[in-house]
Amino acid sequence: MMTPLYDRLEIYLAAAAFLLAVGIYGFLRRRTLIGMLISGEIIFAAASLNLMAFNRFTVHDQTVGQIFVLFIMGLAAAEIAIALSIIIAVYRNYRSIKTRELSELND
Amino acid sequence: MSTFPAAQWIAVAIFLLCLATTAGGALFAVLTTRLIRSVCGLAMACVGLAGLYYFLHSPFLAMMEILIYVGAVCVTIVFAVMLAEPDEPKDDETSGAALFWGGMAVLVAVAVFWGLWRLGVGANWTLAHDPVNDASVKAIGVSLLTTYSLAFELISLALLVAILGALAIARTGRSKP
Repeated sequence: MMTPLYDRLEIYLAAAAFLLAVGIYGFLRRRTLIGMLISGEIIFAAASLNLMAFNRFTVHDQTVGQIFVLFIMGLAAAEIAIALSIIIAVYRNYRSIKTRELSELND
Repeated sequence: MSTFPAAQWIAVAIFLLCLATTAGGALFAVLTTRLIRSVCGLAMACVGLAGLYYFLHSPFLAMMEILIYVGAVCVTIVFAVMLAEPDEPKDDETSGAALFWGGMAVLVAVAVFWGLWRLGVGANWTLAHDPVNDASVKAIGVSLLTTYSLAFELISLALLVAILGALAIARTGRSKP
Protein backbone atom coordinates (compact mmCIF):
# COMPACT_ATOMS: atom_id res chain seq x y z
CA MET A 1 0.00 0.00 0.00
CA MET A 2 1.36 3.43 -0.90
CA THR A 3 2.11 6.10 1.66
CA PRO A 4 -0.99 8.09 2.53
CA LEU A 5 -1.09 11.72 1.50
CA TYR A 6 -0.60 13.08 5.00
CA ASP A 7 2.61 11.10 5.53
CA ARG A 8 4.58 12.70 2.73
CA LEU A 9 7.11 15.45 3.32
CA GLU A 10 6.51 17.09 -0.07
CA ILE A 11 2.89 18.01 0.68
CA TYR A 12 3.89 19.93 3.78
CA LEU A 13 6.80 21.64 2.01
CA ALA A 14 4.50 22.74 -0.79
CA ALA A 15 1.94 24.06 1.71
CA ALA A 16 4.65 26.00 3.55
CA ALA A 17 5.97 27.45 0.28
CA PHE A 18 2.43 28.49 -0.65
CA LEU A 19 1.93 30.19 2.72
CA LEU A 20 5.24 32.03 2.34
CA ALA A 21 4.32 33.20 -1.16
CA VAL A 22 0.90 34.42 0.00
CA GLY A 23 2.49 36.22 2.95
CA ILE A 24 5.04 37.95 0.74
CA TYR A 25 2.30 39.01 -1.68
CA GLY A 26 0.31 40.48 1.22
CA PHE A 27 3.38 42.20 2.61
CA LEU A 28 3.96 43.87 -0.75
CA ARG A 29 0.36 44.84 -1.44
CA ARG A 30 -1.10 45.83 1.94
CA ARG A 31 -1.29 49.53 2.60
CA THR A 32 -1.93 49.60 6.34
CA LEU A 33 0.35 48.59 9.17
CA ILE A 34 -2.12 46.04 10.57
CA GLY A 35 -2.50 44.40 7.17
CA MET A 36 1.26 44.10 6.87
CA LEU A 37 1.40 42.64 10.39
CA ILE A 38 -1.15 39.96 9.44
CA SER A 39 0.89 39.09 6.35
CA GLY A 40 3.95 38.79 8.58
CA GLU A 41 2.07 36.35 10.78
CA ILE A 42 1.34 34.22 7.72
CA ILE A 43 5.06 34.18 6.93
CA PHE A 44 5.75 33.06 10.53
CA ALA A 45 3.20 30.27 10.05
CA ALA A 46 4.97 29.16 6.89
CA ALA A 47 8.30 28.95 8.71
CA SER A 48 6.74 27.00 11.58
CA LEU A 49 5.07 24.51 9.24
CA ASN A 50 8.33 23.96 7.38
CA LEU A 51 10.24 23.31 10.61
CA MET A 52 7.58 20.94 11.90
CA ALA A 53 7.53 18.99 8.63
CA PHE A 54 11.30 18.49 8.68
CA ASN A 55 11.14 17.64 12.37
CA ARG A 56 8.55 14.96 11.75
CA PHE A 57 10.21 13.29 8.78
CA THR A 58 13.97 13.79 8.92
CA VAL A 59 14.98 14.25 12.58
CA HIS A 60 15.58 11.51 15.12
CA ASP A 61 14.72 13.51 18.24
CA GLN A 62 11.08 14.44 17.66
CA THR A 63 10.92 17.14 20.34
CA VAL A 64 13.47 19.57 18.85
CA GLY A 65 11.25 21.03 16.17
CA GLN A 66 8.26 21.27 18.47
CA ILE A 67 10.21 23.29 21.00
CA PHE A 68 11.60 25.52 18.27
CA VAL A 69 8.11 26.16 16.90
CA LEU A 70 6.93 26.91 20.43
CA PHE A 71 9.76 29.45 20.65
CA ILE A 72 8.63 30.99 17.35
CA MET A 73 5.07 31.26 18.67
CA GLY A 74 6.26 33.00 21.83
CA LEU A 75 8.34 35.47 19.84
CA ALA A 76 5.43 36.07 17.44
CA ALA A 77 3.16 36.86 20.38
CA ALA A 78 5.75 39.27 21.81
CA GLU A 79 6.21 40.87 18.40
CA ILE A 80 2.45 41.30 18.01
CA ALA A 81 2.18 43.00 21.41
CA ILE A 82 4.98 45.45 20.64
CA ALA A 83 3.89 46.11 17.05
CA LEU A 84 0.26 46.75 17.99
CA SER A 85 1.22 49.18 20.74
CA ILE A 86 3.46 51.02 18.25
CA ILE A 87 0.57 51.06 15.76
CA ILE A 88 -1.76 52.53 18.39
CA ALA A 89 0.84 55.18 19.29
CA VAL A 90 1.32 56.02 15.61
CA TYR A 91 -2.45 56.27 15.12
CA ARG A 92 -2.70 58.70 18.04
CA ASN A 93 -0.10 60.95 16.44
CA TYR A 94 -1.09 60.73 12.77
CA ARG A 95 -4.79 59.75 12.90
CA SER A 96 -3.89 57.22 10.22
CA ILE A 97 -2.09 53.91 9.83
CA LYS A 98 -1.65 54.09 6.07
CA THR A 99 1.96 53.33 5.30
CA ARG A 100 2.11 56.02 2.65
CA GLU A 101 1.35 58.84 5.07
CA LEU A 102 3.85 57.82 7.73
CA SER A 103 6.72 59.49 5.97
CA GLU A 104 8.46 61.15 8.90
CA LEU A 105 9.22 60.08 12.44
CA ASN A 106 9.23 63.59 13.87
CA ASP A 107 5.83 65.22 14.15
CA MET B 1 -4.21 -1.67 9.99
CA SER B 2 -7.50 -0.28 11.23
CA THR B 3 -10.83 -1.94 11.63
CA PHE B 4 -13.02 1.02 10.85
CA PRO B 5 -14.04 0.94 7.18
CA ALA B 6 -12.34 3.45 4.92
CA ALA B 7 -10.50 5.01 7.87
CA GLN B 8 -7.60 5.94 5.62
CA TRP B 9 -9.82 7.80 3.18
CA ILE B 10 -11.53 9.69 5.98
CA ALA B 11 -8.11 10.72 7.30
CA VAL B 12 -7.06 11.88 3.83
CA ALA B 13 -10.30 13.84 3.49
CA ILE B 14 -9.75 15.56 6.83
CA PHE B 15 -6.17 16.30 5.85
CA LEU B 16 -7.29 17.90 2.60
CA LEU B 17 -9.87 19.91 4.53
CA CYS B 18 -7.12 21.22 6.85
CA LEU B 19 -4.93 22.05 3.86
CA ALA B 20 -7.79 23.87 2.14
CA THR B 21 -8.64 25.80 5.33
CA THR B 22 -5.03 26.90 5.73
CA ALA B 23 -4.59 27.97 2.12
CA GLY B 24 -8.03 29.56 1.85
CA GLY B 25 -7.66 31.41 5.13
CA ALA B 26 -4.27 32.78 4.11
CA LEU B 27 -5.62 33.93 0.74
CA PHE B 28 -8.66 35.46 2.45
CA ALA B 29 -6.40 37.27 4.94
CA VAL B 30 -4.35 38.79 2.15
CA LEU B 31 -6.94 39.58 -0.51
CA THR B 32 -9.85 41.21 1.34
CA THR B 33 -10.01 44.96 1.74
CA ARG B 34 -11.59 45.16 5.19
CA LEU B 35 -9.12 44.56 7.99
CA ILE B 36 -11.56 42.70 10.22
CA ARG B 37 -12.16 40.10 7.51
CA SER B 38 -8.43 39.81 7.13
CA VAL B 39 -8.13 38.96 10.84
CA CYS B 40 -10.84 36.31 10.40
CA GLY B 41 -8.84 34.87 7.52
CA LEU B 42 -5.77 34.70 9.75
CA ALA B 43 -7.80 32.86 12.41
CA MET B 44 -9.05 30.41 9.77
CA ALA B 45 -5.54 29.78 8.52
CA CYS B 46 -4.36 29.15 12.09
CA VAL B 47 -7.13 26.61 12.73
CA GLY B 48 -6.16 24.78 9.54
CA LEU B 49 -2.51 24.94 10.55
CA ALA B 50 -3.39 23.39 13.90
CA GLY B 51 -4.94 20.50 11.99
CA LEU B 52 -1.77 20.12 9.95
CA TYR B 53 0.28 20.04 13.18
CA TYR B 54 -2.01 17.27 14.38
CA PHE B 55 -1.23 15.28 11.26
CA LEU B 56 2.47 15.91 11.96
CA HIS B 57 2.10 13.93 15.21
CA SER B 58 2.08 16.98 17.47
CA PRO B 59 -1.25 17.50 19.24
CA PHE B 60 0.54 19.72 21.77
CA LEU B 61 1.52 22.26 19.12
CA ALA B 62 -1.96 22.05 17.60
CA MET B 63 -3.42 23.08 20.94
CA MET B 64 -0.82 25.82 21.38
CA GLU B 65 -1.50 27.16 17.88
CA ILE B 66 -5.20 27.56 18.63
CA LEU B 67 -4.54 28.90 22.12
CA ILE B 68 -1.91 31.47 21.15
CA TYR B 69 -2.85 32.50 17.62
CA VAL B 70 -6.63 32.26 17.57
CA GLY B 71 -7.10 32.98 21.25
CA ALA B 72 -4.54 35.70 21.84
CA VAL B 73 -3.01 37.12 18.66
CA CYS B 74 -6.20 37.43 16.61
CA VAL B 75 -8.14 38.91 19.52
CA THR B 76 -5.36 41.44 20.13
CA ILE B 77 -5.38 42.42 16.45
CA VAL B 78 -9.16 42.82 16.62
CA PHE B 79 -8.67 45.24 19.53
CA ALA B 80 -6.13 47.19 17.50
CA VAL B 81 -8.49 47.30 14.54
CA MET B 82 -11.19 48.72 16.79
CA LEU B 83 -8.86 51.33 18.26
CA ALA B 84 -7.29 52.34 14.97
CA GLU B 85 -8.62 52.46 11.45
CA PRO B 86 -11.08 49.70 10.53
CA ASP B 87 -10.63 49.81 6.77
CA GLU B 88 -7.95 49.49 4.21
CA PRO B 89 -7.80 52.91 2.54
CA LYS B 90 -9.48 53.48 -0.78
CA ASP B 91 -7.28 52.98 -3.79
CA ASP B 92 -5.48 56.23 -4.35
CA GLU B 93 -3.37 54.91 -7.22
CA THR B 94 -4.74 54.70 -10.72
CA SER B 95 -6.09 51.37 -11.89
CA GLY B 96 -3.23 50.95 -14.34
CA ALA B 97 -0.61 51.41 -11.62
CA ALA B 98 -2.57 49.15 -9.27
CA LEU B 99 -2.68 46.46 -11.92
CA PHE B 100 1.04 46.85 -12.63
CA TRP B 101 2.19 46.69 -9.02
CA GLY B 102 -0.28 43.94 -8.18
CA GLY B 103 1.12 41.97 -11.10
CA MET B 104 4.64 42.60 -9.86
CA ALA B 105 3.72 41.37 -6.36
CA VAL B 106 2.07 38.26 -7.84
CA LEU B 107 5.21 37.70 -9.91
CA VAL B 108 7.43 37.90 -6.82
CA ALA B 109 5.15 35.53 -4.90
CA VAL B 110 5.02 33.02 -7.76
CA ALA B 111 8.80 33.19 -8.13
CA VAL B 112 9.27 32.49 -4.42
CA PHE B 113 6.80 29.60 -4.55
CA TRP B 114 8.40 28.12 -7.66
CA GLY B 115 11.92 28.39 -6.24
CA LEU B 116 10.94 26.74 -2.96
CA TRP B 117 9.03 24.07 -4.85
CA ARG B 118 12.11 23.25 -6.91
CA LEU B 119 14.31 23.26 -3.80
CA GLY B 120 12.03 21.33 -1.48
CA VAL B 121 10.01 18.93 -3.55
CA GLY B 122 12.73 18.09 -6.04
CA ALA B 123 15.35 17.32 -3.41
CA ASN B 124 16.04 13.83 -2.15
CA TRP B 125 15.60 14.03 1.63
CA THR B 126 16.90 11.21 3.78
CA LEU B 127 14.04 10.21 6.02
CA ALA B 128 14.62 9.15 9.61
CA HIS B 129 12.89 5.92 10.48
CA ASP B 130 14.13 5.36 14.03
CA PRO B 131 12.99 8.18 16.31
CA VAL B 132 14.71 8.22 19.71
CA ASN B 133 11.50 9.23 21.47
CA ASP B 134 7.81 9.51 20.79
CA ALA B 135 6.79 13.11 20.26
CA SER B 136 4.51 13.01 23.29
CA VAL B 137 3.78 15.87 25.65
CA LYS B 138 5.81 14.08 28.29
CA ALA B 139 8.88 13.96 26.04
CA ILE B 140 8.46 17.68 25.25
CA GLY B 141 8.18 18.49 28.94
CA VAL B 142 11.32 16.55 29.78
CA SER B 143 13.23 18.28 26.97
CA LEU B 144 11.96 21.72 27.99
CA LEU B 145 13.17 21.25 31.54
CA THR B 146 16.53 19.64 30.73
CA THR B 147 18.16 20.27 27.36
CA TYR B 148 16.17 23.31 26.31
CA SER B 149 15.61 25.01 29.65
CA LEU B 150 17.52 28.07 28.43
CA ALA B 151 15.11 28.48 25.50
CA PHE B 152 12.20 28.09 27.90
CA GLU B 153 13.55 30.83 30.18
CA LEU B 154 14.29 33.05 27.19
CA ILE B 155 10.67 32.83 26.00
CA SER B 156 9.41 33.95 29.39
CA LEU B 157 11.95 36.79 29.53
CA ALA B 158 11.09 37.94 25.98
CA LEU B 159 7.38 37.92 26.80
CA LEU B 160 7.96 39.89 29.99
CA VAL B 161 10.02 42.51 28.15
CA ALA B 162 7.37 42.64 25.41
CA ILE B 163 4.58 43.26 27.93
CA LEU B 164 6.55 46.03 29.65
CA GLY B 165 7.55 47.59 26.33
CA ALA B 166 3.99 47.49 25.00
CA LEU B 167 2.72 49.17 28.16
CA ALA B 168 5.43 51.83 28.02
CA ILE B 169 4.87 52.59 24.32
CA ALA B 170 1.09 52.61 24.36
CA ARG B 171 0.98 54.80 27.47
CA THR B 172 2.81 57.81 26.08
CA GLY B 173 0.74 60.55 24.56
CA ARG B 174 -2.42 59.29 26.14
CA SER B 175 -3.49 62.70 27.39
CA LYS B 176 -3.47 64.14 23.89
CA PRO B 177 -6.84 64.43 22.17
